[in-house]
Order: sequence, then structure tokens, then C-alpha cells
Amino acid sequence: MLKIAGLTAEIDGKQILNGIDLVIPTGEIHAVMGPNGSGKSTLSYVLSGREGYEITGGTVTFNGMDILAMEPEERAAAGLFLAFQYPVELPGVGNANFMRTALNSIRKSKGEPEVDAMAFLKLARTKLKALQMSDDMLKRNVNVGFSGGEKKRNEVLQMALLEPSLAILDETDSGLDIDALKIVADGVNAMRGAGFSALVITHYQRLLDYIVPDRVHVLMAGRIVKSGGPELALELEAEGYAKVAA
Amino acid sequence: MPAVSETLETVQAASDGGYKWGFETDIAMEYAPKGLNEDIVRFISAKKNEPAWLLEWRLKAYAAWLKMEEPDWAAVNYPKIDYQDAYYYAAPTNKVVPKSLDEVDPELLRTYEKLGIPLREQERLQGIAVDMVFDSVSVATTFKDRLHKDGIIFCSISEAVQEHPELVQQYLGSVVPQADNYFACLNSAVFTDGSFVYIPKGVRCPMELSTYFRINAKSTGQFERTLIIAEAGSHVSYLEGCTAPMRDENQMHAAVVELVLMDDATIKYSTVQNWYPGDAEGKGGIYNFVTKRAACRGARSKVSWTQVETGSAITWKYPSCMLLGDDSVGEFYSVAITNNHQQADTGTKMWHVGKNTKSTIVSKGISAGQGQNTYRGLVKISAKATGARNFTQCDSLLIGDKCGAHTVPYIENRCSTAKVEHEATTSRIAEDQMFYCRSRGLSQEEAVGLIVNGFCREVLKELPMEFAVEAQKLLAISLEGSVG
Amino acid sequence: MNALASGAAGFLARFEGLRGLLPGGRTLWLDALRVGAAQDFAASGLPGRRIEAWRYTDLSPIAQAGFNEALTLTVESPSLPPMRAPHRAVFVDGRFAAHLSTMPAHARSLAAHLPEAEGVLGALAFKLPVVSLNTMLFEDGLLLDLPEGAEGGALELLSVVTHTERPIAFHPRHLIRIGAGASLTVIETSLGPNGAIYLHNPVFEIDVREGATLAHVRIQREGRSGFQLSTVLAAVQAGGTYDNFTLNAGAKLVRNEIHTTLLGPKAACHMNGAQLVGDGQHADTTTFLDHAAPDCASRQTYKTVLAGKSRGVFQGKILVRQAAQRTDGYQMNQALLLSDEAEIDAKPQLEIYADDVKCSHGATVGALDEAQLFYLRARGIPVDQARAMLVQAFLTEAVEGVSHPLAQAALAEATEGWWEREAA
Repeated sequence: MLKIAGLTAEIDGKQILNGIDLVIPTGEIHAVMGPNGSGKSTLSYVLSGREGYEITGGTVTFNGMDILAMEPEERAAAGLFLAFQYPVELPGVGNANFMRTALNSIRKSKGEPEVDAMAFLKLARTKLKALQMSDDMLKRNVNVGFSGGEKKRNEVLQMALLEPSLAILDETDSGLDIDALKIVADGVNAMRGAGFSALVITHYQRLLDYIVPDRVHVLMAGRIVKSGGPELALELEAEGYAKVAA
Repeated sequence: MPAVSETLETVQAASDGGYKWGFETDIAMEYAPKGLNEDIVRFISAKKNEPAWLLEWRLKAYAAWLKMEEPDWAAVNYPKIDYQDAYYYAAPTNKVVPKSLDEVDPELLRTYEKLGIPLREQERLQGIAVDMVFDSVSVATTFKDRLHKDGIIFCSISEAVQEHPELVQQYLGSVVPQADNYFACLNSAVFTDGSFVYIPKGVRCPMELSTYFRINAKSTGQFERTLIIAEAGSHVSYLEGCTAPMRDENQMHAAVVELVLMDDATIKYSTVQNWYPGDAEGKGGIYNFVTKRAACRGARSKVSWTQVETGSAITWKYPSCMLLGDDSVGEFYSVAITNNHQQADTGTKMWHVGKNTKSTIVSKGISAGQGQNTYRGLVKISAKATGARNFTQCDSLLIGDKCGAHTVPYIENRCSTAKVEHEATTSRIAEDQMFYCRSRGLSQEEAVGLIVNGFCREVLKELPMEFAVEAQKLLAISLEGSVG
Repeated sequence: MNALASGAAGFLARFEGLRGLLPGGRTLWLDALRVGAAQDFAASGLPGRRIEAWRYTDLSPIAQAGFNEALTLTVESPSLPPMRAPHRAVFVDGRFAAHLSTMPAHARSLAAHLPEAEGVLGALAFKLPVVSLNTMLFEDGLLLDLPEGAEGGALELLSVVTHTERPIAFHPRHLIRIGAGASLTVIETSLGPNGAIYLHNPVFEIDVREGATLAHVRIQREGRSGFQLSTVLAAVQAGGTYDNFTLNAGAKLVRNEIHTTLLGPKAACHMNGAQLVGDGQHADTTTFLDHAAPDCASRQTYKTVLAGKSRGVFQGKILVRQAAQRTDGYQMNQALLLSDEAEIDAKPQLEIYADDVKCSHGATVGALDEAQLFYLRARGIPVDQARAMLVQAFLTEAVEGVSHPLAQAALAEATEGWWEREAA
């Protein structure tokens, strides 16, 4: 269960989050929608622990743990996963090597046994097959020369392998065509279950046709101004942010 | 030949007589005896009625200069300068400081009109304050009273020595010490005039300040000294323009410019240099050896050097920034043209000392004829300069196959959190670019002008508007007939 | 007398003492060459910081070491790494060890075949102080002459040091000629024990003839107290290619100087390298690429990683002469600073006299990319491990371009785990 209470944050001296209150019970998928500049990316970076953002107030707990006090790798070990809007390229770092190292780091911190290269490949291939992706991905360097769609698929593959309990998807759908969108959605839906929660941050309603959320929240000027069921997304689509928030 | 041969021929034909500022002004002048020795230094100081401390300062510099050796590391070749074969002081005889333009020798005024320098009504409309330095002497400064109301001091340095000696004494030589280099040392001994600017705390100078240097007398060296002090939170934009008559002999211009910036101050210093470059055979022309340095002492201070160098036979100058205050910023934008037999070895030095300092260098060199153009830059980051950032872009454009374009950047970094990025490219005006322009109706000259301006756009857009127009025209004229 | 002057005097005194005893002591042409070199060296001395090309590298540690020549070989079979190629030329303390080597037909010891070197030795040499020093005092080297059209395969050139009691200096002279249309890969490795103080000063005179190819992979892993001053002088004829990859991983101080001249149309040169500079080390790569003919292409990519209290230097000059139209030249230099006590000095230079050219260079200096580091950590990888992965990635990229599988293996071995060892 993710509990955000009165969260305020700033970057470069400018306050972006103005008091976020949000609760995502375990097993639910919530969507956060908002216009440009509302603070969507800031929220996801603050939750995952990116440097440069200053928390000026409020708390965030995940399954009772104080997330804000933890380093990024500790949050990952605790079960958080951020699917980036613009995944960075890592020249010279092999995709398979990267994912295996990440998997083993997380397992190690949980006291679980690590997987060797062979076992990892087997595991990776299973996930790749389920996601209808080719083995090729593993041989390339992380995101280097990947198209926008391929980068997003790489994020989904990582999510499938690392099995997080809270996935934060930061505008995963930006720049994707319908096919790529479906792959991302299938990946997330495949993980649904009692122990899995997700926070889907998006600008457009379209993704939510495929990942149907349990709750929808509207984020404007750094605050959640309205919450509702999945139909709220359709309302936003039809009437626009300003009207709905009024 | 790689270039279009007919255009190259047009080059040779058209390059004579392109320098439009080559006329001489006939006016009564007073000279110091020829040569350089301690007596000349005293002569200059006495002529200007300087206080004892300044004479001492000059003599100290002269003594140090005698022990120094002329530098030879720059990529420029020139015949050995005979320092005894020049006059170190030449001034219009009528040297009573004029109280208004009506008191200035009409011949002088005509000179500046011919040069297109706004002195009368024009400049009132444009709102630029002008200090005119004719040979070694400042002959008039406009708008002084208006500026004085804001507490701004804009006058010749000779006048500043008389009216504000404490300020001059405090800051002179504090940014460029006497022994910094050979030419700065010589300048410290024999400088005759230049501009002095003082902007008090929090004042934004309401108009652009400009100095116009004109070398007129034969066989003289021009040694001007400029000092600009910007107190905390102040801002000033300063323009410097220069021309000289066409002569067979070489004349030397060794200037020193010192800028001091306190917290949150900004200085924008723009130069359009069009000293006589020598004729097509490389005879005559000004030797331009300049030391310009800004000390960004205050936090968040910012200095921006913008220069368009089209003239002088030899150019040796490296406007530099000492980024001492935290979050201070230094910028250098330059277009340097060498045509015929001109040689330029120019660039910048950025010293990053404070935290989170930033520097940007954009240098565009254009070589044509048999010109040799060298960019020499230093980015030096000290161990404690955490978070320093530098971006350098130096591009060369070669026109014809007899010229040279060279780049010598030095990057010295001692800080692991600093980020330096440097890029250099070389290109030429391609035949298909020329053809495209001409097929759209542009003449050869217009096409070159267009392409060159595009090449320099990043730099030209940093110039204050008045200068930008002049600079663009100057570029076209400097490259007249050079296309290939 | 300052350190450099007395160091130079030491070498000259050594030459006076050894003159008749060096190989070819009674051969007129060679003796004349050596004497000429000694005169040049006496005039120039060891280069000091006031010389532009040496402004960032101080040779005082070498000047102060006081070297003696290697004594007669006493170690019968020093332990050698396993052979990577079918042929290997082994030099122990600068002398050819026939019993440890497996030579192809076209390669032999210089000292044993001096008459063949007449007219070849010194033909490509420039007047450089370090080269003069080598000409004065060399005792042996590789004499390789690959006939036209021959497929030379791969040859290992191995230099090992066994002498550890006294500081020794050796100056092998390697003369490599690749005939028209022929090709060869040379994998050169320099090793030495970490405690030994020694100077390895090899000079290569490389002649790549029309349409020929030489791939030269240099793996410098001298001992941590050793010094290397290596000079490669290469001339490439029309259509020929010289590929040089140099890895600097060892030595207390290394200066790796490469001068390549492209003499005929469509000659090509690729110079790449990586410098792994750890605590207490100083690594300097200085290249000089002379485009003297039209339509030639050159590519240079150098990466330097610095840890601890160290200094890295890269100076790369590209000269494009007036006749060298349609030159295509590119140079990239990247430095990664991993500690607050490291320093990098870079001076990429262009001197261009032709206008129809495509010439560019770039340099970047910085620390590990924050965004990349965050990505790894957000996936659960602890910060130290994330750093190590990114450093390894930087190094892997640097050696990626080397295509020969044997060389690839050697380089991978040299770079693997470097950061872990340095950070420890």
C-alpha cells in the first residue's frame, strides 16, 4: 500500500508539488492525469529518488516503510519500479548483463539466492516469449539505437523480470503507436494480482482503455484536485482539464 | 583548383582599395621625441599632469619591461619591431578638454562623421554615449552629465586620474598585473588614454557606452588603457570600435582592458575592430596586441565578450575571464577574419575557480586569401571549482586554398565534477551553395555575404543592434572579392 | 645542473662508455648514425616543460633514476604469458631471446642482421630527442620485412623485464616494412614486475607501402614503477592503411608518441586508444597526423579514465597540407575523472591549409553521467556497483573497435576489473 500525505517538493527553488495526498491500496491500479506542467514527472522522480528535487514537506510510505529516507537502489529492493518516460542510453553496457545484475542486486538485498548467467538467460527468454519480444534485445547495449517503441518495450521487459510490487509508469504511452501501446498494457496487465499495485501517470486517456484503472486522479498545479472511477478519464477526454477540475 | 577559378581571379582584382577608412586627417599635432626611454615615460606623465603615484607605477612597469622578452609562441610572423622607431605620444595641439562638441576642432568632428560615428544629433536620438579617442588622447565624451545623474562615471582615463584618483589607484593593474605579459607591461609604462567607467551599486546603465579609437598620426604606437568597474547588481553594455588610416608602415596598438565585476553585476563588452589590415601584398597594417581580462569577483557576476575582428595585419588577443565568484558566468563570442596577408592568433582563456561557474565559447574563424587564422583557447578548471561547466565550439571557414585555419585548444581540468565539451569543425563555401544562391538571383558578393553571415550568426546575434548592422556590412566588405 | 640536464648527461656518458661495444660498433654507417644522434641529443637534452609538445609531462623522474644497461641475460626462461598468435618475438630486457621465440620467415632480430638494416634504420626517423636517445643506445629490435602481397597473419611482439636489482634502460629499435598489398597484425605487449625501476624506450619505424595494411595493437602493462617512452614513426603510401590501437595501463609514467604521415592518395590511418590511469600514474598520448596527400582519411578516438591522484594527457595534432584536398579527418577525445585528485590536460589541434576538407575534432571531459547512474540505481543496483559498470562500459567501448579476436581477448583481459582494483 502506497500512502502519500501532504507531499510538497521543489526543484531549482521552484515549488512543483503543492501538497499531494494519495493512497493506493495493494492490488489496485491508479491513474494520475494532468496537463503539461502539473507536476506529473516530478511526482514520479520524487517517488523513485532522483537527485535535484528537494522534499519540503509531507510523507510517503510504502508498506509502512518511509520511502523518502531510502536511496534509489533501496527503493528498488523494496519493490518499486519506475518505467521512465525517456529511458537513458547506456553505451557499452549489455542489456542482459544489466538486467541480470539488477535482478541479483535486488535478490541479494532480500536474502534470496542469485541467478547465474545460464539461469538468467532461461528466465529472460520465458519473459521475452510472453511479451512477444525477440531474443535480440538481450544482445544489444541498453537502449542504444533503440526506437521509442523499443525503449518502452525494454522497460516492460525489465519490469517483468524484476517483479516489482509497485510500478510507476511515467507517461509510458508518450510517442507510442497502438501496437507498442498494447505491448506495454499487456505487460502491466500480466502483472496484476493481489500483491501488485501500479501508478499510471498519463496525459491522454487512450492508454487507460487498455490498462483499466481502479481509480483516476486529476493532478493540476501540483495538487490532486479530483478523484473518481475510470469514467472520470472519459470525462476529462470529453471536456478538458479546466472544466472538470472546476 | 578546388574553388571556382573565375571567382578567385575576381578576388585578386577587387582586393585593392577596399579599406574605406584609410584617409588621413590633417590637423595640428604635438609629438613626444621619438623613441622609448625613461624620459619619455616621464614626459607622458607630465603632459597629463599625473600624480606621483601614477608616475611611480609607470616607471616600475618600464623597468620590468626592459627585463622581459617579446613572446614568440603565437602562430604569427612579423618582422622584429624596433621599439625605438616610434613616437609614444601624439596629440592634437588644441588639447583643452572641450566642454561641448562646439569646442572640438571641426576637422576632428569631420573625421568622425566620415567614419559614421554619431556625435551630434544622431547620437542623441540613438542614445549612445561616445568617448572619442584620437591618437593617444580622448577628445570628447558625450552624455557625461546625463550619466552623472545616476552616479555613473564615464570619462577618459586621464580625466579619471584627476577626478577620481582613489578609484583608479584601487583597480588599475588589479586584473592585468603589470608583468602579466610583454605588451601589457609596455602598455602600463606608456599608456596615454582610454575609457574609464564606473557603475555604482544596483544601477543599470541607461544607455550603451561606446569608445571609438582612431589612430591618425604617423609612426605612433597607440597604447590605450580601459578600466570598467561594475559594483554589485549593476549592468552596463560597452562598445568599442576602431579604425586607422592606410599606411605603408606598420603601427602598433597594444591595449589593456580591465573589467571588475562584483556580486550580480553584468558587463557586456562588444568590439568591432577594423584596424587597417595592410594592403593586398601585406605591406603596412596595424599590429594589434591586446590584453583584455575580466575578473568576475562577485557571485553570479557575468561577463560577455563579443568581438568581430576584421582588420589589423597581426592580431594577438585573448579576452579572458577569471570566474572567481560562485555561479559566475563567462562568455566569448568571436568572429575573426583574415584575408590577403593578415594573421590572427586569437582566442580566450577561461579560468574556473569558484563553484558552479559556467563558460561558453563560440569562435568563428574565416580565412581567405593568404590569411592565417588561429584560435587559441584555454579552459582551466581548478581542483576546487566543483560543478564547473564549459562548452566550446570553434568553427573555421576556409575560402580558397592558400589560407590556413588552425585550432589550438588547451583543456586543463583538475576537478572531477566539472564537465567540459569541445567541438571544432572546418568547412568551406561549397560550390553548390554558391550556385544555389546565384541561381536564385544573388550576385557572387551577396551569396558570399549571406553564407558567411549564416556561418557567423551565433556570434552576430550577441552584438548590440547598432553594432550588428555595422558588423554585417564589415564582414561583407572584408571578404569582398575573396570568394572561392 | 638540473635533473633533466644531469639525466641527459648520464645517457651521453653511457654512450661514450659503450660506443664500441654496442651492436654494429665497428660498422661505419651505424656508428656514424649513432654519433650523429648523440650530437643531436647533446644539443637538445631531454625535453623540458618549456617545449610546447612537453608542457604537460615532466621527465624528471626518468632523468633522476640513474639507469645502467641490462647485464647479460641470467634468467633462462622468465615466465611468459601463453602465446596468442602462431608466431612470437620475445625481447627480454630489450634483447631478442631466440630460444623463447617462434619467428616467421619475414621477421628476425635486428642485432643479428644489422647489414640488412642499412638504409632502413633512420630512414623514417624525425629529429626528436627521445628518438636520438634510442638511436644512440639501441641494442636490438625487430627487423621485419613482409614481401609484396604476403598475408602475414598475426605476430606477437613481447617485451618482458627480468632485471629488478638495479634500474635499467633499454631502447629497442623496431623496423617494420609491409610490402605493397601485404597485410599483417602485430600484437605488442610490454610487461614488467611492479617493483622494478626501468625505462623501456622503443622506437618503431613503420613503412606501409601501396595498398598494404598494418594493424598494430599495443598493450602497455609495464610495472607500476617502470617508465615507457615509446615513439612510433609511420609512413603510409597510397591506398595503404595503418591502424594503431594503444592501451596504456601500466608504468609510473608513459609517453606514447605517434607520428603518422599519409603520403599518397587514399592512404588511411586509424589511431585509437585507451588510457587507464590509476593512483600515482601519469599517462601521455601525443599524436601527430600529417595529411600530405589528397583524399586521405583519418580517425582517432582516445578515451582516458583517471582514478586516485593521477594525470592524463592527450595532445592530438592534425596537419592538413595545402595539397591534401578532400581530406576526411576526425578526432575524438573523452576523459572520465573518477576522483578529486585526478587531472586531465587535453590539447586537440588542427592546422589546416587546404579548403576542401572535412575536419573536425571533439573533446569531452567529465565525471560519470548522473542520469545513467540513476537509471542503474533505480533498478536496484547499488551505487558502487553501478559506478563500476559504467566505468567498465566506458572502457569496453574504447576497445570495441579493435577487430582482431586475439587482440580483443588481450585487451579485455587488461581492462577487466580495473576500476574494482583501483577503487579498493
